[in-house]
Amino acid sequence: MIRPNALTPKLVLSFGALVVLGCIVPLIVEDYDSYQITVAFSYGIAILGLNILTGYNGQFSIGHSAFFAIGAYTAAIMITHFGWHPYATLPFVAIAAFMVGFLFGFPALRLEGLYLALATFALAVATPQILKVDALEEWTGGVQGLFFDKPDPIMGGMSIDQSLYYVTWIVFVVLMALTWALLHSRSGRAIMAIRDNPIAASTMGINTALYKTTTFGISAMFAGLGGAFFAFANAFVSPDTFNFFIAVYLLVGSVVGGIVSIPGALLGGLFYVFGQEYAEEVSNLSELIPPPWVTFGIFLILMMYFAPFGIWGLIERGMARLKRPSSS
Amino acid sequence: MKLKRILLAAAAASVLSGGAAVADSTGITDTSIKIGNTNPYSGPASAYSVIGKAISAYFKELNTQGGINGRTIEFISLDDGYSPPRTVQQVRKLVEKEKIAFLFQSLGTPTNSAIHKYMNQKKVPQLFVATGASKWGQPEKYPWTMGFQPTYDVEGEIYAKYVLENVENPKIAVLFQNDDYGKDYRDGFLRGLGDKKDLIVSMLPYETTDPTVDSQILALKDSGANVFVNISIPKFAAQAIRKACEIDWKPLHLLNNVSSSVSATLKPAGLECSKDLITAQWMKDPTDPQWKGTAGYQEWSAWMDKNLPDADRGDVNYGLGYNVSKLLHHVLDNCEDMTRAGIMACAANVKDLELPMVLPGILVNTSPTDFYPIQAAQLSKFDGEKWALFGSVIDATK
Repeated sequence: MIRPNALTPKLVLSFGALVVLGCIVPLIVEDYDSYQITVAFSYGIAILGLNILTGYNGQFSIGHSAFFAIGAYTAAIMITHFGWHPYATLPFVAIAAFMVGFLFGFPALRLEGLYLALATFALAVATPQILKVDALEEWTGGVQGLFFDKPDPIMGGMSIDQSLYYVTWIVFVVLMALTWALLHSRSGRAIMAIRDNPIAASTMGINTALYKTTTFGISAMFAGLGGAFFAFANAFVSPDTFNFFIAVYLLVGSVVGGIVSIPGALLGGLFYVFGQEYAEEVSNLSELIPPPWVTFGIFLILMMYFAPFGIWGLIERGMARLKRPSSS
Repeated sequence: MKLKRILLAAAAASVLSGGAAVADSTGITDTSIKIGNTNPYSGPASAYSVIGKAISAYFKELNTQGGINGRTIEFISLDDGYSPPRTVQQVRKLVEKEKIAFLFQSLGTPTNSAIHKYMNQKKVPQLFVATGASKWGQPEKYPWTMGFQPTYDVEGEIYAKYVLENVENPKIAVLFQNDDYGKDYRDGFLRGLGDKKDLIVSMLPYETTDPTVDSQILALKDSGANVFVNISIPKFAAQAIRKACEIDWKPLHLLNNVSSSVSATLKPAGLECSKDLITAQWMKDPTDPQWKGTAGYQEWSAWMDKNLPDADRGDVNYGLGYNVSKLLHHVLDNCEDMTRAGIMACAANVKDLELPMVLPGILVNTSPTDFYPIQAAQLSKFDGEKWALFGSVIDATK
């Protein structure tokens, strides 16, 4: 669980099955559901970035809503002011978010654990207000935000929501594969070594400063890409959308899905979107069940108690247990 | 091959559903009408959720009496927590899953902004939205969206005129919510001041995510202002009134109408602290005894007794929910063409309608070019127990 799974035929097969499953979903559900899952993917992409940063590199961030917002706004500004095609903005979104994350990584070097969490928190609470600053209003649309059209279908016969679903899913899948490759590389081992023991890592000759800032940049880049897809799915951006709660939910999604895992990001994104909705539905079932947020809270506590490594951790443990009798 | 077949089926399905949209009577049958709504049942603006509760109660009672022209009303109200992306999600659910005929009284300026374009692209009416922003009345650009209450900028203008005419040597402090709603009020107020904008000595924003506005109030007091324009939603308005009182700052305090509810704002702030507040009103304050004898009040009161016996009568928003339900009832009752487009046309054809809990002399009027149903207000002062009207009705269209 602490290191990504080794490359086995089984891993490739199950990943392939997941990709295919993801492709079938929009064919059998309604557009509204495709839209909701697209939103879940967009959170999932951001959570994947958070998993790399926190789960694999040991740096804390409760400010990923800021990078999420940077991605969303970069895309929105390029679409509305310069008439770019939404998908064409993605490379620039990635660069912009990476740069900001990389630069933020420098002061972050001097801060460890809780102090870093506080610094990122400051970033998260400042973001909505910065987006509203009158001087930037011409670009950001001020409090109103920016409105644009959803990207047209990439193929005839597809609805707008289905098309966006597929693009988001493909990007998500590619990012998951890239993350796996990164963590399996020499750099990945360095990233994890810094998490496990920073002093030992630097004695081994790892440039901890460079790795930490770069990891921060990559994590921010993922969050930015997630933000861009979030903006596409909702067809608007506004400052109050990217408040501190987004950062908290991303963290909650990350922990619930499994913070030291790659597929956990997908589960975390789905949990983010559907967890709240089901909490609402469950609490509507009977007068005896507490209101939605209490139900949600109780679920979280139970989750941490019974599945401290998140849903993915639970799945892995289950699979390991299934395997044991046959191998012994 | 198989995939191709599925894709073709999907394409055919989307053509079919597109065809249904042309007929345009989604959500309406001979025996029922499905109406959607979003309200902040949780989150920073949850004080407004009584509006959703009042509307639900109204249609529930109406259904026991046979509904409207033989159609029962299925009113589906969902929680959006005052969060725009959540509103998008809930409204898409209402439109695409629940297949509502139209959206009614969805609450909040940032929240309605997020769905403004969507509703107009889908051609689903977004009727009588619960926000006073000025952008809901643009029939040429957004023919499927209509406002309800007097707009914020008009109200702001009325306050500015009052200050200029009645305060000697005014020094003005402004607190406003940093979003569309707050800036609409602020801009209306500035427009009302005309070339006397330098009378403003301090102007500070707050965010809905702020825990309190205490620091803003301290700074506004320090500016030496003798007029305080308070543009905030109930939670923050109550904090502001309370804090000003605690630090013994007694300016001429103008409170925006959206927070004028005695029970939601003034009671939490302290009635003694709320004395001499001034607001602009367009609805009858339920705590004001002068309305007790009027037919409108009695009608509302009897309805409250029957349907919401445990509710807090002091909350003006129950009256608002009742008023706007009455308006929709009137529109649907007199509508021949029960399609989405037909209902929209009927909503744009209301003439001199009196509503039970709206001030005498203020009438609802709409036309295909006028999507602002109510456009008049009257100033009112809080005497420690209730709001007392003074002056005359100020009509913004005149």
